[in-house]
Amino acid sequence: MFNDSNKKQIEGRRRFDFYLHLLFVAATSLAVLVLLVLIIDIVIQGAHMLKPHFFTNFPSRNPHEAGLLSAIVGTAYFVLIMAPLSFILGVGAAIYLEEYARKNKLRSFIQLNISTLAGIPSIVYGILGLALFVRGLGIEQLALGRSVLAGALTMTLLVLPIIIVAAQEAIRAVPGTLRNASFALGATKWQTVQRTVLPSAIPGILTGIILALSRAIGETAPLVMIGALTFVNFLPNDVFDQFTVIPIQIFNWVSRPQQAFHDLAAAGIIVLLTLLILMNISAVLLRNKYQRKG
Amino acid sequence: MVQGRDIFKNKRVFILDKIMPVLLFLCATVSVLTTVGIIWTLLGETIVFFKLINPIEFFTGTKWAPLIEPKAFGVLPLINGTLMITFIACLVAMPIGLASAIYLSEYAPLRVRKIVKPILEVLAGVPTIVYGYFALTFVTPLLQTFIPGLGLFNALSAGIVVGIMIIPMISSLSEDAMMAVPKALRDGAYALGATRLEVALKIVVPAALSGIIASFVLAFSRAIGETMAVTVAAGATPKMTLNPMESIQTMTAYIVQVSLGDTPHGSVEYGTIFAVGMTLFVITFLLNIFAQYISRRFREEY
Amino acid sequence: MSTLIDIAKLNLFYGSFHALKDVTLPIQEKSITAFIGPSGCGKSTLLRTLNRMNDMIPDVRIEGSMKISGIELYSSEVDVETLRKKVGMVFQQPNPFPKSIYDNIAYGPRIHGITNKSQLDEIVEKSLRDAVLWDEVKDFLKRSAFSLSGGQQQRLCIARALAVNPDILLMDEATSALDPISTLKIEELAQELRKKYTIVMVTHNMHQAARISNTTCFFLSGELVEYAETEQLFSSPSDKRTEDYITGRFG
Repeated sequence: MFNDSNKKQIEGRRRFDFYLHLLFVAATSLAVLVLLVLIIDIVIQGAHMLKPHFFTNFPSRNPHEAGLLSAIVGTAYFVLIMAPLSFILGVGAAIYLEEYARKNKLRSFIQLNISTLAGIPSIVYGILGLALFVRGLGIEQLALGRSVLAGALTMTLLVLPIIIVAAQEAIRAVPGTLRNASFALGATKWQTVQRTVLPSAIPGILTGIILALSRAIGETAPLVMIGALTFVNFLPNDVFDQFTVIPIQIFNWVSRPQQAFHDLAAAGIIVLLTLLILMNISAVLLRNKYQRKG
Repeated sequence: MVQGRDIFKNKRVFILDKIMPVLLFLCATVSVLTTVGIIWTLLGETIVFFKLINPIEFFTGTKWAPLIEPKAFGVLPLINGTLMITFIACLVAMPIGLASAIYLSEYAPLRVRKIVKPILEVLAGVPTIVYGYFALTFVTPLLQTFIPGLGLFNALSAGIVVGIMIIPMISSLSEDAMMAVPKALRDGAYALGATRLEVALKIVVPAALSGIIASFVLAFSRAIGETMAVTVAAGATPKMTLNPMESIQTMTAYIVQVSLGDTPHGSVEYGTIFAVGMTLFVITFLLNIFAQYISRRFREEY
Repeated sequence: MSTLIDIAKLNLFYGSFHALKDVTLPIQEKSITAFIGPSGCGKSTLLRTLNRMNDMIPDVRIEGSMKISGIELYSSEVDVETLRKKVGMVFQQPNPFPKSIYDNIAYGPRIHGITNKSQLDEIVEKSLRDAVLWDEVKDFLKRSAFSLSGGQQQRLCIARALAVNPDILLMDEATSALDPISTLKIEELAQELRKKYTIVMVTHNMHQAARISNTTCFFLSGELVEYAETEQLFSSPSDKRTEDYITGRFG
């Protein structure tokens, strides 16, 4: 039934499949390998700079005295301002789109806007922030200057699409049967949203917010546009003060020619990546915890 | 049920039910306002700029020197720099990304997928400044050992690193497109005696092609908009060159450079931020629309 | 027994589809009225018009009259939320909220403004007793509703509906997703509840209708073919179509 020439052809094709399988594995492994190399290189270069004074000192012209304090505080300010603001705007928009908006052209238009915004380079947001928040579109009273607030507002706009999409998905995942039960008991639309839909959607929403914030923490370009200074040896007194954040401090250090500053940059990167890893782990834990609750 | 009358016609007025839809709608309009804001600011300042600088010079000039004398405002060197980086990045990312996607979707056992997918996501989550650092302090010295004459700032390292950064985008989106191909199609081919490779290349990839190409276009767009890696590693010397070993400057890196300096508001130099920004925005915007169009137009209906 | 619900020449359209055709039906209070008929005959649709759940579907149009206690349901003066307090509903799939047993029952009263804890405690206990679930759950009211079995969850949903003190209870195929023992328990419960509440139930199981209802209504393709006292409908139906359905010739 199976003659020899057929066998050879099949053998050939199988061999081809085998080699390409190897190739595909190699390609995938390459990507994984690069990540490993990246992390190892950074740790090697920067670990020795991670002395306690690194966290408590301001940046300095002397690399062995320099620290990340102003940047850490700046980043903290950012998270504190962005979190509630992006939550309210993002979740609000998502609730509107999923629960209240009728499926008409307006809704499609808003959705289109959101997906478009997600693809715009972050530096363009920086340009917007510069014109709108820093300079107030030329209106003196609205101008916030090169301040923490201007930066936080700009970053909020940048991450808003991420939060809206995540929140929409979380809200959509709430089964219609629950909504029906709520309405059948005589609840109004808002009561149903507030007492049934939102509580069920919160884990997904929080995951989205954490991911959005971790994106914001790593962004450099928009804040350069806003005018985050690269040499900040003071702490902001309030939200209208000038500031710096961790990625910008890293950028400042890596732009200097001396090796010692490059090592400082690596140390700063370690801090940044650790922060991001912690945030992402908590997001994953949150997602898993609530998926089990059902 | 005698008290029927009152109970039914009890019209409670819930203030929240009237107010909330309005407030929520306002939240939703923020995104629209953002888009409008971006277009308005870019357009407005660009128009002012083009009153001072001839648009033809801008779009066709091959010398870009807005900050030093003698001034020149031809944007082509910046576009050239951007395209070089993007091209190199795509050379790196498209084969590796697609190969990974094929592997994960058609070959890899579940255990492997569960580990590798998150790792690729991590690659995507690494901040771009970190990639810039990596390019400057690791990739460039490494390449300098094979390629004599490679400058400290060069397009090659930056391009490679941007490529690494966009691999997850291609691999993830292509994999999604391939996983969406119904099992039934594959089963039909397997039943005819096809190897996994043949099924992957002749059945799955063609079926998922619109999604795969869309992922390429999106990754291309992302590479164009990339800022920090190229600012740190590619240099600040705008020039028309096809040599990746030289330093160049991209549109994004230029914008950063100008912002770091003290540029007086209203000056021509200030205007270049918006003119270049506008060019960047239009290019990425069109690419994103194109990607959506491809994804929708050629999508296989199962 | 007096007529509580008065349906007169009710027509319902989903877009251009004529789902209910000239339905005229009086429903007695404190009794069990069953709607039977093959799939798609409109029995669930009619049930949902009783608590205006159909309002939530776009493109729905209603003509005709439906009165409860003499009040026209579909007039603009009726407050829908209050209506749904008076006309409760239990669904085919048990759908407890992902909250505790206590919070499930307290959900309704809280919505309607009751926040006093001791009042809520009282309501929770009474509702669970009425639904014959109290003894089974009284020691762990704070546990998640999902820790209950399917049959218990459905009784929880009944208790939840009773917590807002309705006069009418609508049951939309409430036992079709349950095992036979749970079904029996709920049928017994319905017969107890009939003493205080007016129950209208949709069932695809005509034996169930025969077992527990006082009045049975047979629907076919949006039309109310006939209705009568249950015993009479099943032993000597007046319409041939009813007879065909009951004897299993179709459906």
